[in-house]
Amino acid sequence: MHQASRTLIQADHISKTYGRGTNAFTALSEVSLGVHEGETIAIVGKSGSGKSTLMHILALLDSPTAGVLSVNGKLASDMSSRDLARLRNQTFGFVFQQFFLNASSSVLDNVMLPLKIAGMGRRQRKQRALEVLEQVDLADKAKANAGDLSGGQKQRVVIARALVNDPKIIFADEPTGNLDSATGQLVENLLFRLNSERGITLVIVTHDADLARRCNRQVFIKDGQIATPVRRVTI
Amino acid sequence: MKLFDIISTASTNTFRSKLRTILTILAIFIGAFTLTLTTGLGKGISHYIDDQLGSLGAEDVLLIMPTTDNGFSSPNDPPKTYDATKKTQNIESEGNRTIALMTEADLEKFRKIDGIESVTAYRQAAMDYVSGPNNQKLVGNLNLLLDGEKHATEVGQMPTNDSDVPQMMIPSNYAKALGFTDAGASVNQQITIGLTNGRGDAVTLAIANVGVSQKSILTSGFIYVNQAAMNKLVTLQNQGAPDSVSKYFQVATARLKSELPASKLTQVKADLKKLGFDGMTVQDQIGVIKTVINGIIAVLNGFAIIALLAAGFGIINTLLMSVQERTKEIGLMKAMGMNSGKIFLLFSFEAVILGFWGSFLGVMFAVATGFGINQILMNGLLKDLSGLQPLSFTLQSVAPIVAIVMGLAFAAGTLPAIRASRQDPINSLRYE
Ligand SMILES: Nc1ncnc2c1ncn2[C@@H]1O[C@H](COP(=O)(O)OP(=O)(O)OP(=O)(O)O)[C@@H](O)[C@H]1O
Ligand SMILES: [Mg+2]
Repeated sequence: MHQASRTLIQADHISKTYGRGTNAFTALSEVSLGVHEGETIAIVGKSGSGKSTLMHILALLDSPTAGVLSVNGKLASDMSSRDLARLRNQTFGFVFQQFFLNASSSVLDNVMLPLKIAGMGRRQRKQRALEVLEQVDLADKAKANAGDLSGGQKQRVVIARALVNDPKIIFADEPTGNLDSATGQLVENLLFRLNSERGITLVIVTHDADLARRCNRQVFIKDGQIATPVRRVTI
Repeated sequence: MKLFDIISTASTNTFRSKLRTILTILAIFIGAFTLTLTTGLGKGISHYIDDQLGSLGAEDVLLIMPTTDNGFSSPNDPPKTYDATKKTQNIESEGNRTIALMTEADLEKFRKIDGIESVTAYRQAAMDYVSGPNNQKLVGNLNLLLDGEKHATEVGQMPTNDSDVPQMMIPSNYAKALGFTDAGASVNQQITIGLTNGRGDAVTLAIANVGVSQKSILTSGFIYVNQAAMNKLVTLQNQGAPDSVSKYFQVATARLKSELPASKLTQVKADLKKLGFDGMTVQDQIGVIKTVINGIIAVLNGFAIIALLAAGFGIINTLLMSVQERTKEIGLMKAMGMNSGKIFLLFSFEAVILGFWGSFLGVMFAVATGFGINQILMNGLLKDLSGLQPLSFTLQSVAPIVAIVMGLAFAAGTLPAIRASRQDPINSLRYE
């Protein structure tokens, strides 16, 4: 349904080596991957295989030691740190496994954070944050302390925060890893609904086979390399 | 992120760890409190000196003397009783003015110095004692009131050189000691001055007391008489003395040319020095005292600044902990597009906010304490020193302290703030 659409991110022969000399460890080697507008990609593999590393590089959070990365046709290496920051702020949304919520501030404040960073005015960002909280069914918890929520609620807050800037792509690292299967299902449904209703591209790191299967395609990573050719699944 | 949001976020973050923040603020508070009090003390004292001595003489008048004058004794000491057997010693110990002489020839030399407009010389008699209604003989420091010299009076007026009638003014603590019921009762009364003439005989002269000077540390024990009184006293003292004595003068004043530049004044003083005389303006006389006091205040301020520096390390420590604790948060903000400069500002402002609260509260508390101390001292220990407000605060003296501490806090915050701004988002997010 989203075939042949525009390439958002193109990674060519990406390698990532941590450390130097005898301590050097190659977490990724020669990985090439394209992320197309509107698709859903699952990055799967064993623990330590390099999934998170790949996602971080695709999301411009980390830079590869070798290889070329371009976003919207522009080379990442040509972008200034300011451009990178703006791109992350306006085009990307992040969902991390450990939530990374500020436990002592309100749900609303947490969701507003990307807007605050973007420099949006107080009233506007409050309104926008309430809108997305509505979408994840948490409007009634807006004033609650983020630390007081249940795991599933927290993950929905994180998704709301990822959504609030109206991103083109959401990167999710083990979005259901910390949740029981029922709540995990809920969060999964929410993410896929965003994809089908609003065309938001999803890049999901997971070792949950069911979740991987729901994606348009799966990228298998083994010891830092793509294990099998990219396989397209039509849903 | 907008500047306003950065400041308000920093402000919220500052008070996230309340106990730690309060302790850090307390350290800054102590430093700022001490600094405010010590500078207030310095200001209070220097105000007092300016008030008391600033009026001692006209600005363009140079007092010329062969020796230095040193008029220090406590105003709270009772005047000492005259003891005839100790006459010479009394003059030496009490008469801080050593009687040294200058001749008409010297005056001529002064007049030739470039920058000096005119020179007036005065003869001064050495007083043995002063006595009043109760016939107590008290020692004192007899001084001729120079033209342009002014003193605050408690009651009555200052003697004036315009009058041909001999006039005098006694210090506040002499009124009762001489046998008057109070200072007011001594005004327009005759007071006797005793001296020794050239033949060695004790002679006296009664002079009308026109006023009582305010108590002051600087002119304690100084009895002022006008020119007419001094002339009579000198004539009395010189009776029976060889004629040569009347050729000598004890003090001379030089009126300087108007608008004399400072360099020129220095030259005039150097020229006088070559002739063996010291020339002092009122400013010089104040300057000596002020230098000593400023030195003491500087040492006190030094202690306060050491306390502030220690507090600065407290700020560094607090913020380093805070950066450590918030590693993930910093990583997250960076991942969401916050640039390093703003992360730096976020932590810097936190330091500045700590500095602001510490110094603001410290200064406020010091000012309140200062007013309390002033009240207590002015009604107690320093009751008799009219015009002395030991601690003086103005917005101009206190605001810079807050500004300086905030600057110091900013400087202390740079190390943690740079550390925060340099954090790699990925490492921060992996941080457990
Ligand atoms: N900063 C680093 N320094 C050294 N090695 C690192 C660093 N970050 C990651 N690695 C290594 O790179 C490899 C890939 O790590 P990565 O986090 O991408 O794994 P992963 O596939 O996401 O695993 P998991 O499923 O457990 O999250 C691991 O072996 C890890 O130890
Ligand atoms: Mg991982």
